Amino acid sequence: MITEIKTPSKLERVLKAGHLAVTSECGPPRGSDASVIKKKAEMIKNHVDAINITDNQTSVTRLCSLASVIHIKLLGLEPVLQMVTRDRNRTALQSDILGAASFDVFNILCLSGDHQIFGDNPKGQNVFDLDSMQLIQTVRHMRDEGKFLGGDPIQRPPRMFVGAAANPFADPFEIRVPRLAKKIAAGVEFIQTQCIFNVEKFKLYMKLAGDRGLTEKAFILAGVTPLKSVGMAKYMKNRVPGMDVPDEIVKRMSGVAKEKQAEEGVKICVETIQQLKGLPGVRGFHVMAIEWEEKVPEIVEQSGLYPRPQIG
Amino acid sequence: MRLQYPSSIRIICLPCTGKVDLIHILRSFEKGADGVYVVGCMEGSCQFTAGNLRARKRVEQARTLLEAIGIGGDRVKMFNLASSEAPRFVEIAEEMTRKILALGPNPIKTARKKMAA
Amino acid sequence: MIVAKQKPIDEIIEGLKNAGKILVAGCNECVTVCESGGKKEVAVLASALRMYFMNHGKDVKIDEITLERQCDHEYLEELRKLIDQYDVVLSLACGVGVQFLAEKYMRTPVLPGVDTCFMGVTEQRGVWTERCQGCGQCILARTGGICPVSRCAKRIFNGPCGGSTRGKCEIDKDLDCGWQLIINRLKELGRLDDYELLIPIKDWSKERAGGPRKVVREDVQ
Repeated sequence: MITEIKTPSKLERVLKAGHLAVTSECGPPRGSDASVIKKKAEMIKNHVDAINITDNQTSVTRLCSLASVIHIKLLGLEPVLQMVTRDRNRTALQSDILGAASFDVFNILCLSGDHQIFGDNPKGQNVFDLDSMQLIQTVRHMRDEGKFLGGDPIQRPPRMFVGAAANPFADPFEIRVPRLAKKIAAGVEFIQTQCIFNVEKFKLYMKLAGDRGLTEKAFILAGVTPLKSVGMAKYMKNRVPGMDVPDEIVKRMSGVAKEKQAEEGVKICVETIQQLKGLPGVRGFHVMAIEWEEKVPEIVEQSGLYPRPQIG
Repeated sequence: MRLQYPSSIRIICLPCTGKVDLIHILRSFEKGADGVYVVGCMEGSCQFTAGNLRARKRVEQARTLLEAIGIGGDRVKMFNLASSEAPRFVEIAEEMTRKILALGPNPIKTARKKMAA
Repeated sequence: MIVAKQKPIDEIIEGLKNAGKILVAGCNECVTVCESGGKKEVAVLASALRMYFMNHGKDVKIDEITLERQCDHEYLEELRKLIDQYDVVLSLACGVGVQFLAEKYMRTPVLPGVDTCFMGVTEQRGVWTERCQGCGQCILARTGGICPVSRCAKRIFNGPCGGSTRGKCEIDKDLDCGWQLIINRLKELGRLDDYELLIPIKDWSKERAGGPRKVVREDVQ
């Protein structure tokens, strides 16, 4: 397992010290009131090692991820800059990476991004100058070679721990592990997966990844999401691309009275974490509770992942 | 059978209604026809398999276009019948004649007269 | 071929409302194949326009001509002797033809009669789909003959993205996921291992981003 520390990232240190890491995410507001994002971060700060800030999620215009991570950093917390390649060309991407690095943001998650047709500007252009794999390569190049893509040297290169997303449940399944291999070859260091409801499928994915030695090359954090209601379970099952919610989960949620469904959803989430804690290759958890951030502390505690290790 | 049908109808014979193209319908109206109807074989019985189906699509195109330019889509219609159904042929002729009389003359004719005056 | 779609007739009429003598000019190539601007479409449109204007009390002269192409000097020259009789030319050629015609006959207004859409194929009569975006640097050899630039909604070079569901794109369940097609094809060719080769960052200067483009062959000049 990799132990050499490459950046000042707290997340990197937690993982390389051998602990199970915990990350979560906060969505910025649709306005310029930074207190919204600060409050969300404060709610979960003691229960996570790093906080992802989403980047115009679902292509809906929000306070940008860059400004948000800076607010979080100024609170003394550890942010993860999520960056999509949908909205910015390579100049802007490199520039924003430097922007974050200038505030000593040490974590980045490289994504392509949902198509703008889902958001509030379906008639806008999209960029996709780079794709997520090429962005991973870019950040690694900036960090390790200290150079811009164009070749010139960077004054005070970024020191970022590079992550990406992986979706074991998207189609086609047969290339999901090769895709992980590709991202690792591109230079990714940590992975946050799409939220897991189909534990058996995830176990299969991890086994195939392990067989190829990939779980030794990158830190895989299993994604989990607490379901609020049976309606949410059905919505995610039927309307969200790349999401696998087994019938048993939906049944379990609907088998419980409406007032008790949220509690059941949290229970399922905690059970999932407990099931995956010992699974080889799982190096942590990424708890996605968008607009329900207040549940994160409870989930982390009930999963036996509290308190978080204090890394100097 | 020597049945009578309205004398205002001009018949143009074709080997198959599939031979009717959109331009033929339009030119008829351009030249002052008040209405055009296409009579083809029953669907499924076309000797050339799909000629009457194509004709129907073209008649639909003509309807949309004529409506868009203000001549009126109701002036063109497609009918299907078997060649043995002479009484039905008369029925159709009478139906179309009634309809066109109600719609009035092709506005092009009126407009042309006005311009000539 | 270049696929185009005829403009809505009210838009065309709006542009012609002050004209007294109109030439509707079609093209015998791409727009004929996609049934938007060939000889037949010219005839239909001209007839419809004549009736429209007549109905509105205007005696407008509308002539028809279909050139072999509107993107070559030789064919556009055929208009030289007659173009001065017209107030406006309504060209049903693709954007290329409309522009070339306009460049050649600077004193005659030229209006486009079609919306030029993309470079594509006839999948079946009446259905045309995009295949090429003219990126200037073809990588089809690496992707089994299927283009990630034109067939992936995000033009991802190392796809598919996480939204690919049952072989369809996240933006439209009737749209094939370009990367699923590439993977299927690589499989058929026994080249699925090629999937793991990282396709490098694209040089977009060879496409629109680099500015209006030019190809020169000195050896044939």
